[in-house]
Amino acid sequence: MFDKLSLSLIPLLPLLSFLLLGLFGRKMFKHFSGIIGTGALLASAGLSLSTAYNYFFVSGKVDGVYQKITALKITWLEFSPGVSIDIGILLDPISVMMLVVVTFVSLMVHIYSLGYMKGEERFSTYYAFLGLFTFSMLGLVISSNIFQIYIFWELVGVSSFLLIGYYFDKPSAVAAAKKAFIVTRFADLGFLIGILILSFNAHTLDFETLIQRLTDPNSEYMRSAIAPAFLGFSSLTWGLVLVFIGGAGKSAMFPLHIWLPDAMEGPTPVSALIHAATMVVAGVFLVARLFPVFAISCPGALELVAYTGALSALFAGIIACTQTDIKRVLAYSTMSQIGYMMFALGVSGYGDESGLGYMASMFHLFTHAMFKALLFLGAGAVIHYVHSNEMNDMGGLRKHMPVTHITFLIACLAIAGFPFLSGFFSKEEILLAAFHHNKLIYAIGLITSGITAFYMFRLYFSIFWNAPSPLERAGGEAAHGEHHGEGGAAMMLPLIILALGAVFAGYIPFSRLVTSDGKPFETALHVIFSIAPVTLALIGILIALRFYKTQNDLPEKISSSLSGFYRSAYHKFYMDEIYLFITQKVIFNLLAKPAAWFDKTIVDGFINRLGTSSEKVSEEIKSLQSGQVQQYAAWFLAGAIGLGIIFIYMLTLN
Amino acid sequence: MTAQDIIFYLLAAFTLVSGFLAVTTTKIFRSAIFLLFSLIGIAGIYFWLEYEFIAAVQIVVYVGGIVVLIIFSIFLTQEAGSNLPNTAMSKKITGGLAAVFGFGFTLLQVLQHKFTGTTEQGIEPSVTNIGNRMLGVNEFGYSLPFEVVSILLLAAMIGCIVIALKKPVEK
Amino acid sequence: MTGIGLTHILVVSIALFFIGVYGFLTRRNMIMMLMSIELILNSVNLNFIAFNKYLWANKMDGLFFTIFIIAIAAAEAAVAIAIIINLYRSHKSIDVEDASDLKF
Repeated sequence: MFDKLSLSLIPLLPLLSFLLLGLFGRKMFKHFSGIIGTGALLASAGLSLSTAYNYFFVSGKVDGVYQKITALKITWLEFSPGVSIDIGILLDPISVMMLVVVTFVSLMVHIYSLGYMKGEERFSTYYAFLGLFTFSMLGLVISSNIFQIYIFWELVGVSSFLLIGYYFDKPSAVAAAKKAFIVTRFADLGFLIGILILSFNAHTLDFETLIQRLTDPNSEYMRSAIAPAFLGFSSLTWGLVLVFIGGAGKSAMFPLHIWLPDAMEGPTPVSALIHAATMVVAGVFLVARLFPVFAISCPGALELVAYTGALSALFAGIIACTQTDIKRVLAYSTMSQIGYMMFALGVSGYGDESGLGYMASMFHLFTHAMFKALLFLGAGAVIHYVHSNEMNDMGGLRKHMPVTHITFLIACLAIAGFPFLSGFFSKEEILLAAFHHNKLIYAIGLITSGITAFYMFRLYFSIFWNAPSPLERAGGEAAHGEHHGEGGAAMMLPLIILALGAVFAGYIPFSRLVTSDGKPFETALHVIFSIAPVTLALIGILIALRFYKTQNDLPEKISSSLSGFYRSAYHKFYMDEIYLFITQKVIFNLLAKPAAWFDKTIVDGFINRLGTSSEKVSEEIKSLQSGQVQQYAAWFLAGAIGLGIIFIYMLTLN
Repeated sequence: MTAQDIIFYLLAAFTLVSGFLAVTTTKIFRSAIFLLFSLIGIAGIYFWLEYEFIAAVQIVVYVGGIVVLIIFSIFLTQEAGSNLPNTAMSKKITGGLAAVFGFGFTLLQVLQHKFTGTTEQGIEPSVTNIGNRMLGVNEFGYSLPFEVVSILLLAAMIGCIVIALKKPVEK
Repeated sequence: MTGIGLTHILVVSIALFFIGVYGFLTRRNMIMMLMSIELILNSVNLNFIAFNKYLWANKMDGLFFTIFIIAIAAAEAAVAIAIIINLYRSHKSIDVEDASDLKF
């Protein structure tokens, strides 16, 4: 049915490429390392596609239901019967879909980097890291064991760290890498505790068994898990919430999102791959993986997911409107879109039609991967051309970069939800699901979609229209830009392919393929329902058009009339400052300083006192050690007689 | 008081007086000679106790060996006729007090204790018996300690040579 | 039959022992100290012989202890004198109060 070897090769080929390039790349294939990495990934992507075809259309469906298939399972570390860390491959609709997404986007990025990173000093190291990341991400999505997913989760974190800090001679890149690592690590602590709680309750680490045990209301595991445990919530709720915190950390959900904008210090293709299309959706994937437990056993935790997602979506959208660094705009846009996916999961139910949100979330994940990767790669091309991240340095580039211009426009339309592009379909499904479930979240989603359209087109117009950039007017830099043009075929090809994806990915009948319980259902497009979001999107686009198409002073007027709000949004609502305040003022002063004081004065003081007092005592008694043998003999004699007296007169036994 | 008693008292007095003089006299050579007398007195007590073999060993080893060795070392390190430096009075008092107190204490213990010996037939401490026991390997044999002491003596001999060797002058 | 018993000999032995102790504690010359030690050892030997004769005549343990102590005393005296002579070479003195290098 599924060939174990070819399945294993999907993650192992990138790993091989990592090992090969990491160990020998710099010496032996300095110029071919890109080709090697790309070749490995091409094979991997081909295998993924064939697996997906096989799963979805040939052998995955039994009696009309997509099965969960454990294709491979190696018991690695067994703690007790039933509780073991396995390394395995679990195939179900979402993991197969993720295989395709990861390998496809990664392949695009590999190809793109051939052009973008050309001539870099550490070219092969870069490809090695890309290989490592791809391996980790693939391992993550096919995990059959909750501990396996944790292992790969951390590996993903490490490779993200390495890639953000790729330009390690730049202090800001180093700081960003550290920040990303520490923030996600902090969240992963929650994930780990969550894993322990869940596995403690279910007596297993295996996903399928765990889900089955924790969703069956009659099982004994369930009864102990839903008993109130701590602060009035059951241990199951705590476990799920902690797992979600881990997911929120990776997926940059409010308030753990602070690392994502800074992570844009990495090379732009890396941002496209890791911080837009694949790694940051790991949190969504995690919630989706445990979705039955969330939906059936603990709707409360799912509410938290929904509100966190909605809040993040709106919050990030507002910030995105004010940023001037184009990559940061895209980063906040990513956060906003992931918020969409999260709240789509949050408003979903389990099974059949009520699982619409789940399906929509996965659908949006898929389409988002296409157009967001495209946006980042397009932004990369622009940055490559202009040598700056700042909007103010750009403008009027449409004539100079026609391919980038068109593809970027497509992506912007797609993300804005313009009809008949991919983003339109997935977003409609999400809003529909939210509409049925929770009107407040629906309203937030609707507003956010308008905002999304606005800031995306603000970005688009600022880059490609508006006035010619100051640099171009100066002439010097522009000449350099003209010199290497838009970038070679290696950079244009992925843009075109992804643009095609952004247009047509929406026509995939997702509801027949990826559903919460594996049973396909039909969805129809509700034209009436679509009017509101599309109108809002058009309004957003038109405002952006008015503001930014040509140079004018409207944006300044608006921003100054909203000065307080604008400024706080520009400063990302002072989230970084709040974190700094909490860590440096509150935690350092209230916790760390007393602890340090205790350590220094009590613990160290005790040891020091021990040392000094023994030194004093020995100073006092050292004159006994006179070197006069006869004195010693006298003491010895006195001691012997003293002992004799004690034993004879005082310690008599009878 | 029989003749035996008188002989014992004489021997004891001789031993103790010589010993006391040995540790108090100011000329070291005299001291060595008094030690010799004291050791001979002890040998005499052994004779009086009818342990002739031990008495003989005492004379051969102590009188003939150790005291001669001591006298040699005196000759090597001292001007034989000169007086020794005086001991500080405080030291004499401390040492004397310690000795007297210890003596009194031990004497008290010995006098208070009731010794009960065996009633079995004794063994004649003849040279034959000693020899058989000394090299015997049965229950009452002492061949193992004998060997150990042999090795000890060897080690002491080597040790003496090593210690006393003149070190090569370092450049 | 004689009136002299174990106690008499023990008293002699104790007296000799503390004479030795007195000498060891008061004399500064190392050879003198060595002689004091010989006196102490002899008093112990006398003790062993006395016990062997008056209490455990059926055994010869005390006698053998005496023999071994004599042997060991000989070895000890030889080693001690070697040390003393060596010390004399390096310090030009065998006064025990001069040999106080090993102190704080």
